[in-house]
Amino acid sequence: MSASERGWGGRRRQALISVLSWPPAQRKERTGNRNAEIMAGKPKLHYTNGRGKMESIRWLLAAAGVEFEEEFIETKEDLEKLRNDGSLLFQQVPMVEIDGMKMVQTRAILSYIAAKHNLYGKDLKERAWIDMYVEGTTDLMGMIMYLPFQPAEAKEKNLALIIERATARYFPAYEKVLKDHGHDYLVGNKLSWADIHLLEAILMAEECKPDILSAFPLLQAFKGRISNIPTIKKFLQPGSQRKPPADEKFIAHVKKIFNM
Amino acid sequence: MLPSWTENQELRSMSEKPRLIYFNGRGRMESVRWLLAAARVEFEEIFLDTREQYVKLIKDGSLMFQQVPLVEIDGMKMVQTRAILSYIAGKYNLYGKDLKERAFIDMYVEGITDLMHMILMFPFSPPEAKEKNLALITERATHRYFPVFEKALKQHGQDFLVGNQVSWADIQLMEVILAVEEKTPAVLLAFPQLQAFKTRMSNMPAIKKFLQPGSPRKPPPDDHYVSTVLKVLAEE
Repeated sequence: MSASERGWGGRRRQALISVLSWPPAQRKERTGNRNAEIMAGKPKLHYTNGRGKMESIRWLLAAAGVEFEEEFIETKEDLEKLRNDGSLLFQQVPMVEIDGMKMVQTRAILSYIAAKHNLYGKDLKERAWIDMYVEGTTDLMGMIMYLPFQPAEAKEKNLALIIERATARYFPAYEKVLKDHGHDYLVGNKLSWADIHLLEAILMAEECKPDILSAFPLLQAFKGRISNIPTIKKFLQPGSQRKPPADEKFIAHVKKIFNM
Repeated sequence: MLPSWTENQELRSMSEKPRLIYFNGRGRMESVRWLLAAARVEFEEIFLDTREQYVKLIKDGSLMFQQVPLVEIDGMKMVQTRAILSYIAGKYNLYGKDLKERAFIDMYVEGITDLMHMILMFPFSPPEAKEKNLALITERATHRYFPVFEKALKQHGQDFLVGNQVSWADIQLMEVILAVEEKTPAVLLAFPQLQAFKTRMSNMPAIKKFLQPGSPRKPPPDDHYVSTVLKVLAEE
């Protein structure tokens, strides 16, 4: 069967060729063609329109200078559709369409992006240190992330625990790392996932208590340095894809979508 | 006589056996024991029985975030279970052959870890919540997690989850299957691929050895284990 018999001749073919020459964002709008999206190559993030577990992924992509698209889950039906389409391996988001995969599980997604964009150290040992540091910041940010979902009467106690952990467990560890080697970055004298994750954690902790870094001069300097990296500086400016902290209205909205 | 934690790190060179520091029970360290055993790596263990040992570890600066598991390996004092497991998997060729295989191994392992976490926390849940938590473990295993691995094995028809060779994901899956079966013996009834997988994995020499009495494998947590953990960590 020839191309023209299959309907690929003439106008249809011309239309496809002209579509391929459009910038990626426009291709998607006009054709909704999945192939155009894949060829455009931008990762696509599926999540609610808020920080949650997806925020670390936004940070890492932004720091790596990778443009990405977002599709927001606004209703229970949006989530059900993703589940029924078989798009969510374990029925959960975050989900990131990247390089032909529908990736789920935040850590898996972050590890992939870090490795792909040379933010994962130069060898197994550097990766080990990056992993250890990231696990620590993940634990701290997890506490902060879940705070709004705790029962009201536990909030004050949990906030105090977050501040205690930040200032007595996590920040001292990172302050010590920077002090011991005297480099600008946590691992291998080079920017890595660990640095980006730590900056994110510092800013989140400061939202809980603005002077939380007062006892950590090296972390203060670190914060300044990493914030000034051009891609990160851009991400920290208004109009970027960085999301604001969740307010009560958004929390209620999320609880509804996820039956929490 | 407790070993001194301040021993010069150089004494534990690359040729030394890894040393695991944890409670004498499964907990978060069990996955590390499984992975080292499957990789045929001999290891030593120091068991935390008293709060004094734990406090000393912290004072010596051995615990980066004041938490165990701690694994002394290749001159590093590694903490954070996932970091430890990733390092072992990477070192012993259990992490796939490229970035994409690693991505799939990571996704599978993260899912399994979520299920394992429910099982891990179960003994520490209050008595009135235990029945509900047990039902949830079974529900999640049979409706969320096991179907994924059943489908993966069925689709490619290979013996292992990723890349037609054994990986960290297979070992972790084997561990969680056995852990869930301890709670719900017939849980694999609807999963013929997983039944065959379990048999194959059980027959791999290193795993077969680990499943025999006298291996470093730990028994399911009992009341003594729970009370030891609570005492050492001084969590009321």
